[in-house]
Amino acid sequence: MTSAAPKKRLTTSAMIASFADPGQRTASAPFGHALNRLAEERPEIVGLSADLAKYTDMHVFRDAHPDRFFQMGMAEQALLGAAAGMAEVGLVPFASTYSVFATRRAYDFLCLDIAEPNLNVNVVGALPGLTTGYGPSHQATEDLAILRGCPNLTIVDPCDSVDIEQAVPALAAASGPTYLRLLRGAVPTVLDEYDYRFELGKAAELRTGRDVVLISTGLMTMRALQAAARLEADHVDVAVLHVPTIKPLDTEAILRAARTDRLVVTLENHTLIGGLSESVASTLAYAGVGNRVVPIALPDEFLAAGALPTLHDRYGLSTDAVVAKVKAELGGGKHAPWAADPEPATA
Amino acid sequence: MNTSTSPAVSGTAGAVDQAERIERIRQAAYRVRRNALDMGEVQGQGYIGQALGVADVLAVVYTDQLRYRPEDPHWPDRDRFLLSIGHYAIALYAALAEAGTIPADELESYGSDDSRLPMSAMASYTPGVEISGGSLGHGLAVAAGMALGLRHLGNGARVFNLLSDGELDEGSTWEAALACAHHGLDNLTAIVDVNALQADGPTVGVLRTEPVTDKWQAFGWHALRVDGNDVAALVDAFDELRAHRGSPSVLICDTRIGRGVPMLESREKAHFMRVEEHEWQLARDQLQEGTTR
Repeated sequence: MTSAAPKKRLTTSAMIASFADPGQRTASAPFGHALNRLAEERPEIVGLSADLAKYTDMHVFRDAHPDRFFQMGMAEQALLGAAAGMAEVGLVPFASTYSVFATRRAYDFLCLDIAEPNLNVNVVGALPGLTTGYGPSHQATEDLAILRGCPNLTIVDPCDSVDIEQAVPALAAASGPTYLRLLRGAVPTVLDEYDYRFELGKAAELRTGRDVVLISTGLMTMRALQAAARLEADHVDVAVLHVPTIKPLDTEAILRAARTDRLVVTLENHTLIGGLSESVASTLAYAGVGNRVVPIALPDEFLAAGALPTLHDRYGLSTDAVVAKVKAELGGGKHAPWAADPEPATA
Repeated sequence: MNTSTSPAVSGTAGAVDQAERIERIRQAAYRVRRNALDMGEVQGQGYIGQALGVADVLAVVYTDQLRYRPEDPHWPDRDRFLLSIGHYAIALYAALAEAGTIPADELESYGSDDSRLPMSAMASYTPGVEISGGSLGHGLAVAAGMALGLRHLGNGARVFNLLSDGELDEGSTWEAALACAHHGLDNLTAIVDVNALQADGPTVGVLRTEPVTDKWQAFGWHALRVDGNDVAALVDAFDELRAHRGSPSVLICDTRIGRGVPMLESREKAHFMRVEEHEWQLARDQLQEGTTR
């Protein structure tokens, strides 16, 4: 009888839950602190938010520099229009809200007021991709697809606190408009264990490997590194190419990594449509490279609400899911180190 | 013609004869209208009605109120005039030629290939054009940011944004209106051209925006409403707004489509007006007669 079965233990997570693993090293509000440090050196740095300073780590800047913070209220069109106006008079604004609102709601303002005049406005969007279990209203699963078609716009999808801390001054130093997919709150610290520096427009090979190359962006680079370590235990040698800048894309590094007989897998916290996987696929196709690309991305659908770890498992973004996907692709094929008889090349 | 700054600087400081001031602006308004007709003839059609209607407002703004240097359109201390209604470009170019920012003989290239004067005004194309309007409802938000930024920088320059009554349909206009009032931007002046006409017909039938003045006042703005084709009334209103402190100001200007050319004033009202080839000279003649009446 179902009534006799033990009640299923429910899982939930806060609306803006951290995606850090239990016990993982994290940094608190790396964006806010990085902006503060930058503001000490550059008096023209200002901050704006649309009633979400507290939830985009902008409150750190607001509290340290109240005279340089401008509250625009829950009005994203006014937020981005005003940020453009501030840049027009010589200031360097960072304007924060959730990614869904910056892109879906205020795109015309980002496009025409900021990108067309090529202004140094830095739009900071929190909750990119699947980083909240709150449902489609707050899950910016297609923000890259919306923005990649916007001329002049630089798009950055950072992996961790190290990326964010180093990206903030680089975004301000870039003369044109930028969009940062913000990881907020307790943000994992991962890349300090690698010989890595964020460089705008550049991909970085974080580890080398002979069997598989994972080309990843955003928080999925963290998962790619974890998956690579797990696969190493199974004697699968996995390389990881981190692509923090989605636009302009480091096509040279991608072609270098993909011109290979390794299995090529892309990983992104974004819908399959219009993000990293299609960028990599088109880069290869345009260059005449015929490799197959295996995408790990969110499905083309409105996602469920629920607890974030559950959702990352369900939609294939968890480390377990990444390992399973790579193994399934390798299983018995020519890439599998455990395969006794590699298939003939003429297959 | 302007030299390093507009006549407003000396005009407000000294005892300038008011009648002389008004007459000077009227002459400028005539030339703005004349420029607009010449440009309209290049295309044979266009936003001629709006240009004629708003010419008095632009003449007051560009020859009496704005501080700018025609030879240095990026002068940091300039007052900013933002045209969010990009389709009024024909009127703005006519005024910029009067202001000396663009050469008058360039007007004939209006809307043509490789021209610096595209049919919808864009900052990247034209000296003196501050923003790329056209997608309506953007100007006031950008103006808010400029006014906030200039105040933050201690720059005393003022920001003007010309909107149309049709543009009041856009919700973003009201988002920005809230923000301007909240931040007490008394260095910002909105100008609403109420010609009661928009693309699909009379504003009253498309989407009712009246009572316009009450709405701005309810949003916390200092609002005045004048006959936008009465130069003396416009000058008085702009002078009053210049002195106002503590909140943003809006000047609501009732204008008449085709003003100054009776043939076009009485024509069936059209958002995008067609004028026949033989009518352009007639229009110029009627404009000339009007100024000498």
